[in-house]
Amino acid sequence: MNFTLKVWRQKNRNSEGRFESYTATNITPDMSFLEMLDAVNHDLVEKNQEPIAFDHDCREGICGSCGMFIKGRAHGPQKGGAACQLHMRSFVDGDLITVEPFRAQAFPVIKDLIIDRTAFDRIMQAGGFVSVNTGGVPDANAIPIPKTIADEAFSAAACIGCGACVAACKNASASLFVAAKVSQLALLPQGQQERKERVEAMLAQMDKEGFGSCSNTYACEAECPKEISVSNIARMNREYLKAALG
Amino acid sequence: MGTFTNIYRSSVGKKFIVGLTGLFLCTFLVEHLAGNFLLFVNDGGAAFNEYSETMSHNIFIRTVEIVLFLAFFFHILTATILWWRNRKARPKNYTQNHKSANSELASRISFLSGSIVFIFLVIHLRTFFVPSRFFPSENPSMYDLVVFAFSSTWYCLFYLAALVLLGYHLRHGFQSAFQTFGIRGKKYQSLVEWIGVIFWLLIPLGFASMPIYFLWTTHFGGMN
Repeated sequence: MNFTLKVWRQKNRNSEGRFESYTATNITPDMSFLEMLDAVNHDLVEKNQEPIAFDHDCREGICGSCGMFIKGRAHGPQKGGAACQLHMRSFVDGDLITVEPFRAQAFPVIKDLIIDRTAFDRIMQAGGFVSVNTGGVPDANAIPIPKTIADEAFSAAACIGCGACVAACKNASASLFVAAKVSQLALLPQGQQERKERVEAMLAQMDKEGFGSCSNTYACEAECPKEISVSNIARMNREYLKAALG
Repeated sequence: MGTFTNIYRSSVGKKFIVGLTGLFLCTFLVEHLAGNFLLFVNDGGAAFNEYSETMSHNIFIRTVEIVLFLAFFFHILTATILWWRNRKARPKNYTQNHKSANSELASRISFLSGSIVFIFLVIHLRTFFVPSRFFPSENPSMYDLVVFAFSSTWYCLFYLAALVLLGYHLRHGFQSAFQTFGIRGKKYQSLVEWIGVIFWLLIPLGFASMPIYFLWTTHFGGMN
């Protein structure tokens, strides 16, 4: 397969970026999108040109590093997968593929397709933790948790913090990310002590970082590689109102 | 007071205010439509005029009217603040963005549909509310104002277009308010959606029946 790529190139945080066109040739349908970019970069290096910078780590959809906007979609045209799990068979031979970084005030571009997602870290530092002295490893099932609750908490905890929710949202809102983190702890006994402070602090930090608010378009849920449900946002709103009014 | 200021300062709190005022405005639509159906009573407008008179003099209604204007004010103001901040949250737009792949049009144009409904509201108040409330002696009865306004094809078309946008606004807005309040779950979801149909489809259709009826009778029915 052969493709024409239109890729955002930006030297650093302060420089103006622009699109550059590249051709990807001899690509097999089984290659992942990142492997295709590797092949393009290989050609660029051989021609003594600067390779395209992009974030990646595990390449199996669990680290949340490889966020990019591919053909108008966060993580590209697929459901429930990160860019590293996107295969070239999802495209038609000869396609023009536009690749851009996730765009948000709170996610400044560092270089090409790499963005600074430390705003998420600061939201976590504001309250996305449990302050307990963990001590030794506790016995399994020492704290009984119903299976349905454990499953619900786990589905929220599946968030890999990739930022696709922010990228897809028309308001660049981090609501789904914050909601997943608030939910996973609000559902479990270990998260109860700091329940009120947590939701208020994390939402305040979200606003401070310059993310938008939720317009309930549910684009985040549709584009989330882990398919985190927007019912978590409803839970976060509930948690916030209870904390603020209580 | 401090609690409410803190809530209003946060983005979720602002959303809460938009949802709460929005739902209050929805209840007003029900009352407004119910009263307007008196236009169809075949008595030359007597019942409708009496209803309109009561509405402008009853002390309870006048009090609720203040709450209604406050709800409009805070709904519009807060939604505008959120819209402005949301724009700032993405200073640079995507070159290619397939929004239709992940969200419904009604949810993406909420601010636009609301803005056009607001323009409609101003014109609507100017046509009916202002003359009858502030200059009653210089103006004909409310029924005659309605007949006159709806004799214009252009006014009717504008009215109908605004109702389509109101429908779009409520298609998103009604269920969105419940999500904002955190009321979501298998138990409530289908109920909220069904009640939503009343607001985004049936109520706009009810309002649309009036200009269509009067336009038809004026031009084809021969008013008696």
